[in-house]
Amino acid sequence: MIRVAWLVAGKDLRIEARSRVLLWQVVPFGVIALVLAGLALGPTRAGASGAGPGLFYLVLVLVALLMITRSHAIERSAGTRSSVATLGLDPAGVFLGKALALLVELASAAIVLGAGSILLLHTPLAGTLRAAPSIALALAGLAAAGTLYGALAAGEGAATLLPILALPAMAPLLVAGERAYSAALSGAGLWQWWLILATALVAYLGLGVLLYGVLEDF
Amino acid sequence: MGSGDDPFVRLRGAVVVAGGFPLLSGVDLDIERASLTVLTGANGAGKTSLLRLLGGLVALSAGTGRVAGVDLATGDRRELRRRVGWLGHEGSFYDDLTARENLTFAARALRLPLGGLDEALLRVGLSHRATTPAKALSAGQRRRLALAWLLVRRAELWLLDEPYAALDDEARVLFDEVIDAALVGGATVVVSAHQALGVRRASTVVRLAGGHVGEDS
Repeated sequence: MIRVAWLVAGKDLRIEARSRVLLWQVVPFGVIALVLAGLALGPTRAGASGAGPGLFYLVLVLVALLMITRSHAIERSAGTRSSVATLGLDPAGVFLGKALALLVELASAAIVLGAGSILLLHTPLAGTLRAAPSIALALAGLAAAGTLYGALAAGEGAATLLPILALPAMAPLLVAGERAYSAALSGAGLWQWWLILATALVAYLGLGVLLYGVLEDF
Repeated sequence: MGSGDDPFVRLRGAVVVAGGFPLLSGVDLDIERASLTVLTGANGAGKTSLLRLLGGLVALSAGTGRVAGVDLATGDRRELRRRVGWLGHEGSFYDDLTARENLTFAARALRLPLGGLDEALLRVGLSHRATTPAKALSAGQRRRLALAWLLVRRAELWLLDEPYAALDDEARVLFDEVIDAALVGGATVVVSAHQALGVRRASTVVRLAGGHVGEDS
């Protein structure tokens, strides 16, 4: 399972490095969304409103949806799907590999969006750094949930079906992540949010390992 | 597992349904090991669906079936798939990976040695395109890459869906030679084709019509 996970993650990251969809399309979309959020709040209110963490996570989820769709689109051409199916890869390994690659891509996007949040929404740097562990946990949860729901929504209507299916599942991650970020900015305790994020991560990893094979054959 | 006397493939009343529509409607078929079977029939007759059933890529909805000792209704279809070499009429690769990277991924997935990759690319005339992304290959070159994939795999069961599509005469001869060599090596080959194959070995022709085997097969 671990061997397959490394193989699949390496393949997905190599494809991303070569196609640069994340670099040239997804991250710029996220930055534009943050700029629009800053403009909507106005330069004087952006820093004082406390909306930074919420907007950061909202844009991150939108970016994640695009990346999840892309992650599964590369597997969905009929010929590729059949050829890869005949490799008999362990579905749990495929799930973990795709989730790992998605996590690396999400983390790359989050670094840019975090910097954008500091610059455009005037979110304090020290609080953002304090929130980094909770953001990392939320990203891992988004990667696991996204990989699972991406397989469930895969097909011709994936781009429109995925948000409907995945957003409710991502809501706990979004809420806990935003609360942890806000708590980090205000200096409040974080452990309860870490617990929620870690529980959600373990749940999505467990579901993915158990169900991904069924979803692939569906 | 079946006994040694069982045919490599045995289908009885095999039905495949997708989206409420019967793709195969009661197929009876026996295929011996190390033989060549050619599936013919009009578009929509069920050739691709039958190939996909034999490869464990779709589920058997009704009837019975056994391929390479694996029961299609109750057996481990994932195990069957690992023994199958598939060549579809669509692209079979990751477009952003090079020809060699695609083969490397397949070989590593199957724990095959990487030493045979260059030989396979040379055999199909793609050595000079080894570092070209699959999306930059012509349709014919993609077919050649698919053939290289099959050479690397050395599968027990070769399932080839319209293998001659987009091929020039030279490539058709190459495909025939590779299929011939696979048969000599003991592989069982099932091909869907609109036209006659140049393979020297005797073949069984199965004509499909409306999702079942025609009477003139």
